[in-house]
Amino acid sequence: MNSPFTPGIAAQRLDADALSENFADLHAPLTAHEAAVAADRCYFCHDAPCTTACPTDIDIPMFIRQIATDTPEAAAKTIFDMNILGGMCARVCPTEELCEQACVREMAEGKPVEIGRLQRFATDTVMEKGVMPFTRAEPTGKKVAVVGAGPAGLSCAHRLAMLGHDVTIYDAKDKAGGLNEFGIAAYKSTDDFAAKEVEWLCTIGGIEIKTGMALGAALKIDDLVGCFEAVFLSVGLGGVNALAIDGDDKDGVDDAVSFIEDLRQADDLAALPVGRNVVVIGGGMTAVDAAVQSKLLGADNVTIAYRRGRDAMSASRYEQDLAASSGVKLLFNVRPVEIHGNGTARAIELEYTETKGGSLVGTGEKIHLPADQVFRAIGQTLTTDGGLKLEGRKIAVSEAGRTSRSGVWAGGDCASGGDDLTVTAVAEGRDAAMDIHATLMEGA
Amino acid sequence: MADLTTDFLGIKSPNPFWLASAPPTDKEYNVRRAFEAGWGGVVWKTLGAEGPPVVNVNGPRYGVIYGADRRVMGINNIELITDRDLYTNLEEIKRVKADYPDRAVIVSIMVPCEEEAWKAILPLVEETGADGIELNFGCPHGMAERGMGSAVGQVPEYIEMVTRWCKQYYSKPVIVKLTPNITDIRKPAAAAMRGGADAVSLINTINSITSVNLDTMSPEPSIDGKGTHGGYCGPAVKPIAMSMVSEIARDPETHGLPISGIGGVTTWRDAAEYITMGCGNVQVCTAAMTYGFKIVQEMISGLSQWMDEKGHTSIQDFMGAAVPNTTDWQYLNLNYVAKAQINQDDCISCGRCYAACEDTSHQAIAMSEDRTFTVIDEECVACNLCVDVCPVEDCISMVALAPGTTDPRTGKVVEADYANWTTHPNNPSAQAAE
Ligand SMILES: Cc1cc2nc3c(=O)[nH]c(=O)nc-3n(C[C@H](O)[C@H](O)[C@H](O)COP(=O)(O)OP(=O)(O)OC[C@H]3O[C@@H](n4cnc5c(N)ncnc54)[C@H](O)[C@@H]3O)c2cc1C
Ligand SMILES: Cc1cc2nc3c(=O)[nH]c(=O)nc-3n(C[C@H](O)[C@H](O)[C@H](O)COP(=O)(O)O)c2cc1C
Ligand code: SF4
Ligand code: SF4
Ligand code: SF4
Repeated sequence: MNSPFTPGIAAQRLDADALSENFADLHAPLTAHEAAVAADRCYFCHDAPCTTACPTDIDIPMFIRQIATDTPEAAAKTIFDMNILGGMCARVCPTEELCEQACVREMAEGKPVEIGRLQRFATDTVMEKGVMPFTRAEPTGKKVAVVGAGPAGLSCAHRLAMLGHDVTIYDAKDKAGGLNEFGIAAYKSTDDFAAKEVEWLCTIGGIEIKTGMALGAALKIDDLVGCFEAVFLSVGLGGVNALAIDGDDKDGVDDAVSFIEDLRQADDLAALPVGRNVVVIGGGMTAVDAAVQSKLLGADNVTIAYRRGRDAMSASRYEQDLAASSGVKLLFNVRPVEIHGNGTARAIELEYTETKGGSLVGTGEKIHLPADQVFRAIGQTLTTDGGLKLEGRKIAVSEAGRTSRSGVWAGGDCASGGDDLTVTAVAEGRDAAMDIHATLMEGA
Repeated sequence: MADLTTDFLGIKSPNPFWLASAPPTDKEYNVRRAFEAGWGGVVWKTLGAEGPPVVNVNGPRYGVIYGADRRVMGINNIELITDRDLYTNLEEIKRVKADYPDRAVIVSIMVPCEEEAWKAILPLVEETGADGIELNFGCPHGMAERGMGSAVGQVPEYIEMVTRWCKQYYSKPVIVKLTPNITDIRKPAAAAMRGGADAVSLINTINSITSVNLDTMSPEPSIDGKGTHGGYCGPAVKPIAMSMVSEIARDPETHGLPISGIGGVTTWRDAAEYITMGCGNVQVCTAAMTYGFKIVQEMISGLSQWMDEKGHTSIQDFMGAAVPNTTDWQYLNLNYVAKAQINQDDCISCGRCYAACEDTSHQAIAMSEDRTFTVIDEECVACNLCVDVCPVEDCISMVALAPGTTDPRTGKVVEADYANWTTHPNNPSAQAAE
C-alpha cells in the first residue's frame, strides 16, 4: 500500500474506502422530500429564462411543476421530449452557466432553483423503471448511418428511430457513449450510468450499434453515402493538441483525456497509478477534471497551470472552486517552457506571462514545480473530417447540421458552432435528425 | 393512454379542463390562446344585457392571500361582468366557436330578473353557435346590489323561474352557476333542477375581505381610501367548494344532476378529486390567472398519467367514485382505531408535532433530551394534527390497529365489526339493537 507521499507515479495511494468516497456522486440524488421542497421554489415563469438558456430548450417550469404535482414520470417525458440524454445532462451540464444562471431566483436571492438535480430526480424515476416513454412510428424503410456514438450521435439516432427510420451507428471504439463513457468525470457519472443510458435509449428499437468500426479505416464516407439515405457525422474531437516544448516526450507526460479514459474504464481505481506531484496544463473542463481526479486518486500536490488569468479560463468559476476545494492549486498566467527529468518527468519549468498589445508574451520570470506527471489539456482537435468543407478547425455546418456534401449532416464537437458541451451535442443531433427526417420524407 | 375526452350534457371537449367565466375568457384574443394552449373549453366572461356595458373600477380590483414564498392561495376580486359591448362579445364568440369546433364554448349570462330581458338575449346567444349557456347567479359584489348575480342565486324561487325561461327560449344545454354565499347549497341546486337546468356549476366566488391596510384603515383592494367586500377564489376555497359539490352529489333530490366543479382547481389532482365527487368536468380561473394558460399541460399530463396508473380508460370510469364514501358523521365507523406513527428515519426533529399535540391536542407525543419524538399510544386519539403540521411528507403516518389488538389508550379490544354513533351506548337516541 502506497500513500500520497510515495515518490514518483504509483498506484494504491488511497485505500478502497477513501476512493469510493472520493468518487461518489458529486451531487447526491435528491430524495423525494428534497425534490418536493426544491420544486416548490419554482415560479413557473412565463417564457422562462431558464428554458431560453437551455441549449435543448427543455420546458423547465413545466417539468418542475410536474414534479411538484407528484408526476415525475410526466416530468421526465417533458425533459426527454427535447433532450433524450436528459439523464446525463442532469449530471454533467454546467448549470451554473446555463439554466441555473438564468433562473430568476439566482437574480433574486443568489440561489437558483436546483434545476439540474430536479432533472435528475425526474429522469432517474423513469430510467430506473426501464421505461422508454416513446414508441417508434411506423417504419419508413429509410436507412440512416450515424458515425460516432457520443451524445450527438445517440440523440440523432434516437430521434430518427422514433420517427420510424432504421439507424446504424458506427463507432471506432469498442463501447458506445463517446465522452459520456470515456471523458466525463467519474464523480459526475457514477454507477456505469453512461452505458445504462445507451442501453435504455436503444430500447426505442430501430437502432443498431456497430462498435470497432472507424470511419476512414474500413469505413469510407463514399460507401456510407452509397448505402444509406443519409449520414450523420458525430465523431467528436479525437485528437489532442501537443505542448510543443522540450521534454514533452518524457515518461510521465500524457494526454489528460487518456488519463481520464483509463480512469473511467478502470475496474479498480486503486490499481490506477498517479503521480505524487501532478501538473495539468490547460484551463478547460478537461484540465479541471484531470486535476481533481488526480487529487481524488491520492496525488499529494496537484497544480493546474493556465497561461492566462482566471477570467479567461473556460472552466466555470464553479468548476474552479470545485478544483480548489478538492485541494488543487490553480496557477494563473504561467506557460510551460520545459519538462525536466532524466527520461522521466521530474519537474516542470513555467514562465509567467502577460498580455501585451493583444498577444500573450512571457515576462522572463520562471518557476520550477516538482512534477512526476504532467497532463496536457490544451484542447482537442478534429481527426476525421470525411473530406468535408471546414470552418475554422471543425466541419462546417448550417443551422440544421447540413455539411458541404448533400446527404451528409454533422453535429456535436466535430461540427462548427455551439459550445463543446454534452447538451449542445444533444441539441445538434436532435435538430439534424429533424432536418434529415424532413429531407427524407420530402414528397413521401 | 387514457382518454380524457368528456361529454358533458352532450357537449364534447378533448379534456375536462374548462376555463371559468372570468378575465381569462374575457375576449377572443385570450380564448384563442387558451385553446392553443390546450384548454378543453371555456365559459365566456359573463355577458350583460344590451346597452351601455357596466363599468369597472379603475383602481386595484384584486386582493390576495399568500402562502409561504408568496404563493397565491386566494384572490378576491371586485370585478364586474364583462365591461365590453354585447355585440362585440357575440361576434367574437361566433368566430371562435367556428374556428374551434372541437372545444366547448359556453356563454355566461347575467341579465335582470325579468322574462323580457332573457327573451331578448337568448336568441342572440343561440345565434353564435356556442354549445350552451351558464347562468351567473353567483357574483357577490356589484351586480347583486342591482338585483342580479348572487341576489338571484340566494333565492331558489328566482333560480327556478329564470332557469325555466332559459329552457323555454334557448335550445341548448343550460348550466346554472351557483353562489356559495348561502347556507344550504342543496336548495338552489334543487331549484335549478326543478326549473329544468341541465347541470349546475359551482362555486362562484365567496364574499370576502382579504386584508385591511393598517395605515389607511381601508380594506384591500382599496380604491381611493375605500374598499368593499369582493369574491374569494383560488386554492383556499377548494375545500368549501368540494363540500358543496358533495352535498349536491349525495342529496337524493339532486343526485345525478350533472355538475361542473369550480373552485381552486390548480393541479391535475384537484381536478381528479372534483370528478370523483361527481363532477363531469372542472372549471379553472385563479390558477390560470396566477400561472398563465400553460398550466393546463400539467393538468392533462398529470390526469392521464394517474388514470393510466389506476387503469381508468375514461373520465367516466372514476366519475363520482368518492360519492358513496362521503357520508354523514354519524355513520363513521367508531370501531376503527388508529395511532400516529413517526418514521424516525424521516424525522428532522423540528418538534412541530410535539408543540401541536402537547399544547392543543392530547399530550400524546414524547420528546427526549436528544430531540427524538415518539408517539405515546396510551394517549394518542389519532386526531391527525401531527401529520398535518409535520413539514416532511409521509414522515408521520396513521396506522390502523388490527381487530383483536388492544387499544392501549382505552384498554379495549379493537372490534372487527362496523359500529357507528346511531347505535352507540352514549347516544341518548340510539336504537338498541334488537
Ligand atoms: C474530459 C472531458 C470532460 C468533459 N466534461 C464535460 C462536462 O462535465 N459537461 C459537459 O457538458 N461537457 C463536458 N465535456 C464535453 C463533452 O463531453 C463533449 O462536448 C461531448 O461529448 C461531445 O459529444 P459528441 O457526440 O460530439 O462527441 P464525443 O462524445 O466525443 O463522441 C464522439 C464519438 O465518435 C467516435 N469516433 C471518433 N472518430 C471516429 C471515427 N473516425 N469513426 C467512428 N467513430 C469515431 C468516438 O469513439 C466517440 O464515441 C467534457 C469533455 C472532456 C474531454
Ligand atoms: C376576476 C374574476 C372575475 C370573475 N368574473 C366572473 C364572471 O364574470 N362570471 C362568473 O360566472 N364568474 C366569475 N368569476 C368567478 C370564477 O368564474 C370562478 O367561479 C371562481 O373564481 C372560482 O374558481 P377558481 O378558484 O378557479 O378561481 C370571476 C372570478 C374572478 C377571479
Ligand atoms: S427561471 Fe427559475 S423560477 Fe423561473 S421557471 Fe425557471 S427554474 Fe423556475
Ligand atoms: S397586471 Fe397588467 S393591467 Fe394589471 S395592474 Fe399589472 S400591468 Fe396593470
Ligand atoms: S413534526 Fe415531523 S419532522 Fe418535526 S419532529 Fe415531528 S415527526 Fe419529526
